[in-house]
Amino acid sequence: MSTYFTKDHEWIRVDGDVGTIGITEYAQEQLGDVVFVELPDVGKAMSPGDEAGVVESVKAASEIYAPVSGEVVEVNAALADEPAKVNVAAESDGWFIKLKIADKSQLDELMDAEAYKAYVASVS
Amino acid sequence: MTDDTTDTDLLNTPLHGRHVSLGGRMVPFAGYAMPVQYARGIIAEHKWTRENAGLFDVSHMGQCWLVGPDHATTAAAIETLVPGDVAGLQPGAIRYTQFLTGEGGIIDDLMITRPSDPALDGRLFLVVNAARKDVDYAHMRARLPGGIALEPIEDRALLALQGPKAENVMARHCGAAVDLAFMTAADADFDGIACHISRSGYTGEDGFEISVPADKAGMLWDTLMAASEVESIGLGARDTLRLEAGLCLYGHDIDETTSPIEAALTWSIGKRRRDEGGFPGYERIRRELTDGPSRRRVGIRPDGRAPAREGTEITVSDIPVGRVTSGGFGPTVGGPVAMGYVETAHSAVGTELILTVRGRAEAARVSKLPFVPNQYKR
Repeated sequence: MSTYFTKDHEWIRVDGDVGTIGITEYAQEQLGDVVFVELPDVGKAMSPGDEAGVVESVKAASEIYAPVSGEVVEVNAALADEPAKVNVAAESDGWFIKLKIADKSQLDELMDAEAYKAYVASVS
Repeated sequence: MTDDTTDTDLLNTPLHGRHVSLGGRMVPFAGYAMPVQYARGIIAEHKWTRENAGLFDVSHMGQCWLVGPDHATTAAAIETLVPGDVAGLQPGAIRYTQFLTGEGGIIDDLMITRPSDPALDGRLFLVVNAARKDVDYAHMRARLPGGIALEPIEDRALLALQGPKAENVMARHCGAAVDLAFMTAADADFDGIACHISRSGYTGEDGFEISVPADKAGMLWDTLMAASEVESIGLGARDTLRLEAGLCLYGHDIDETTSPIEAALTWSIGKRRRDEGGFPGYERIRRELTDGPSRRRVGIRPDGRAPAREGTEITVSDIPVGRVTSGGFGPTVGGPVAMGYVETAHSAVGTELILTVRGRAEAARVSKLPFVPNQYKR
């Protein structure tokens, strides 16, 4: 399994053809307390940059974007009752959706953990 | 009560260094760098204030004196600009009112205090919104008669201590504060620091607002922060607290297009003023008092969990009837809460509304305000 990161502060962990997507620890900290998460329907097809959900903090709503093309195969239903999971476990239990990846070559456009760390340092 | 933001040349309050060292996330607010939250986050800060005591830096707000020869004269002068009963204020009493346009719109909302000290007879102490102080001061200067001077106070900070344990904390440093009833004020020593203390606030909780010389503000802040009941609270929680308390935020829930009657602030207009008028926009306000306003500010509770933010369209039977003016998550309510204006026909508590959130219809209903009961010490 390898994990990739986007400039929108999302991560995608790839296991075979399926990528699990969430927001990074840095992103959850910037957002503050998450109070609502809106997720897409299972079966929805996504292209890179498509809206893959909305995460709302106390202050504001932010979009989540699909980092690669694919079809939504699962959403994290637990976030409906416990949106704060995004704060306490952004890069594990607080995942948003699972995508069946259509074109794995798109992953090459994303950052690895080290590159993302440097990116965060450059923007914060 | 307002939040216009600009990024350039931000001003710092006398407590800026405290906010930074406490891990405050500083954001531009009404021309000042202010903490939106500290490390614990908005929900924790909000709940702390409802259960203990929260300390807020509100030094960005505009404090000023109106100075005239005697109370009757100064009160008569300010009453030409606001609909509140100022002449009838007892010494030490505070009034919430609004500067109005000639059309009865709200230029700003403010607090007016008649000093309790007889030596200060003829003075009124005003606190106005940070983002509106330049507008307010120019408005007053252009209209106040000769003999009434406006004196902005630039050398004092303003702190708010809010919550059920605020009284206990104040009792240890300023016994006189405890004797104040809600919406009264007095000059009092806080551990030897000469302060002006009001029993007031903008959270729906019991609490105090303390005007203190800027060079003593840090000492006062540190003393209050040393109390186990006290935590620092940022603007984020200030906003969720006032929203749950049903209180208006200038520039959002009230502005120059909304009248005090539409804004459900009729309670702030005294009977004498309703009968006699003599303030800007009286024609509209008298008409709205008699016939009812065409729209009203109401509380709104979405049935679901999605917050409805400012600007959200409100419909009934597919017909637009209003908009949300403040909305988000209420930590004490434990769900989304909002305020907005709806046509009067749809303003009764319990009326079913549809909110369009990201293109989706979300059911909601008109709710009684406040969302959380006030805890004022009358």
